[in-house]
Amino acid sequence: MTTPDMRTTFAAVASELLDADRRVAVVLADISTDRFEDAARRHPDRVINVGIREPLMVSVAGGLALTGMRPIAHSYAPFLIERSFEQIKLDLSHQDASAVLVSVGASYDWTEGGRTHQAPGDVALIDTLPGWAIHVPGHADEVAELLRSAVRDSRSAYIRLSTRSNAEARPAATSGALDVVRRGERAVVVAVGPMLDPVLRATADLDVSVAYAATVRPFDLAGLRQLAEVTARGVVDVVLVEPYLAGTSSRLVAEALVDRPHRLLPLGVGRIELRRYGTPEDHDALYGLDPAGLRRSIVDFLDGSSVQVA
Amino acid sequence: MTTSELGLDYADLPRLLTMMTGDEKHDASATSTLDVLWVLYDRVLRVSPATIDDPTRDRFLLSKGHGPMAYYAVLAAKGFFPTEWLPRFGALDSALGYHPDRVLIPGVEISSGSLGHGLPLGVGMALGLRAQGLTSPRVVVLVGDAELDEGTNHEAIAYAGAVGLGNLTTVVVDNQSATHGWPGGIASRFSVNGWTTATVDGRDHDALEDALLAPVTSADRRQPHVVVAVVEPKFG
Repeated sequence: MTTPDMRTTFAAVASELLDADRRVAVVLADISTDRFEDAARRHPDRVINVGIREPLMVSVAGGLALTGMRPIAHSYAPFLIERSFEQIKLDLSHQDASAVLVSVGASYDWTEGGRTHQAPGDVALIDTLPGWAIHVPGHADEVAELLRSAVRDSRSAYIRLSTRSNAEARPAATSGALDVVRRGERAVVVAVGPMLDPVLRATADLDVSVAYAATVRPFDLAGLRQLAEVTARGVVDVVLVEPYLAGTSSRLVAEALVDRPHRLLPLGVGRIELRRYGTPEDHDALYGLDPAGLRRSIVDFLDGSSVQVA
Repeated sequence: MTTSELGLDYADLPRLLTMMTGDEKHDASATSTLDVLWVLYDRVLRVSPATIDDPTRDRFLLSKGHGPMAYYAVLAAKGFFPTEWLPRFGALDSALGYHPDRVLIPGVEISSGSLGHGLPLGVGMALGLRAQGLTSPRVVVLVGDAELDEGTNHEAIAYAGAVGLGNLTTVVVDNQSATHGWPGGIASRFSVNGWTTATVDGRDHDALEDALLAPVTSADRRQPHVVVAVVEPKFG
């Protein structure tokens, strides 16, 4: 039996939430409507497809929330977050209204599609707004719990789905805490969402702790401090590996370790627009996010001579 | 009928405006909406200071947000907040900014100021009321004719017409300030998308009342409604 992908899981769980809670509404802009056909038949007033009008989709979510409903708005990441950003800022945050935004496409799930369908800056954009939760599942089996708890919660949340996936789910991470996968002495490597498997391969023979995050806002500052405690030998070395714009969470590592001497290597998608097609794996390599590239960066950072190789 | 609980009336509005501006002469952006707002709160909207959290209240959304003095004067006259708030307009610790903030002002349904947000938000509210089986409340959104330039309004106009949001009314206060104008008339932008329309003198209280109440008295509310309230040109 193959595990359904994240988008399929999202549609199934959102449909269950529509059945279970009369406050829940799903707002769409023609994308994924095929996955909500049955739910739309059962709940014609709460599965709302506004057509190809993403800013309207986000504003409608805001208006629904202002009448006491719990909207979930969903589209491709660039259209949901970047095209609609002022709507997110004003029609949700500034209105003191909240919604759950769920994207697909991630940084470059569809490399053949080019820049128009890529959104490596989405998390950084949402991070300019106060009080949002941001979830980056690394496996489809983490999506259900992240979505259910986000809808149960009263604040706004952004859930970033991807076709990229780790081989195994880590359900513990859906609590929002850093999930310690391996312990080591030399450094702390934090892998976000689908970056876990490449990080584990890149660091298999390095004496480092690896922690997994499926939730990056709020960032588990206490968990990171605790890990830094274990591995502290004077200066704490931290490597942050995010599947979106490099450095997006650097400020939070700095905040967690404000009173600790530390060095930070932030890895992620570069700011260069590649203007290349090919596969997502090709782009991983171009951005240095494949296991080999990650390993090169991490070993250089840790200064090869001091790294224990098993 | 035309007197609020506080005993303040239309004739008191210039005095309330002056409390904010300190100026006896008020500019066009402050007063173009004054009559529409008065008629709405005095004769049309089913909302009062006692019902600002009632799920069945009518919702009024001031979309354009600019020149909110008329809005504040009407809300104060109707008792949503004390008239004593008015002289602190724009001050650091005032609830009343140059654009309204719903979190700070009782009875204000949306925070506005950036153009093109009220109508899309109003569409969401109309859908939310409908989804909850609240069939009596209306959503009334006030926009300016220049504000219609913003593309988000056109997303909202097309969609609301297509799905027949009969509980949504837009009031366009037309002081002919759109840079490129609306050849063929503003109402035509709505009617082509299935809205019912009325174009009236924006200073004529009885005409405004009739136009604004038309959707309520109509048995068929499967179409959204627009009232174009024409006032003197901004640069005329």
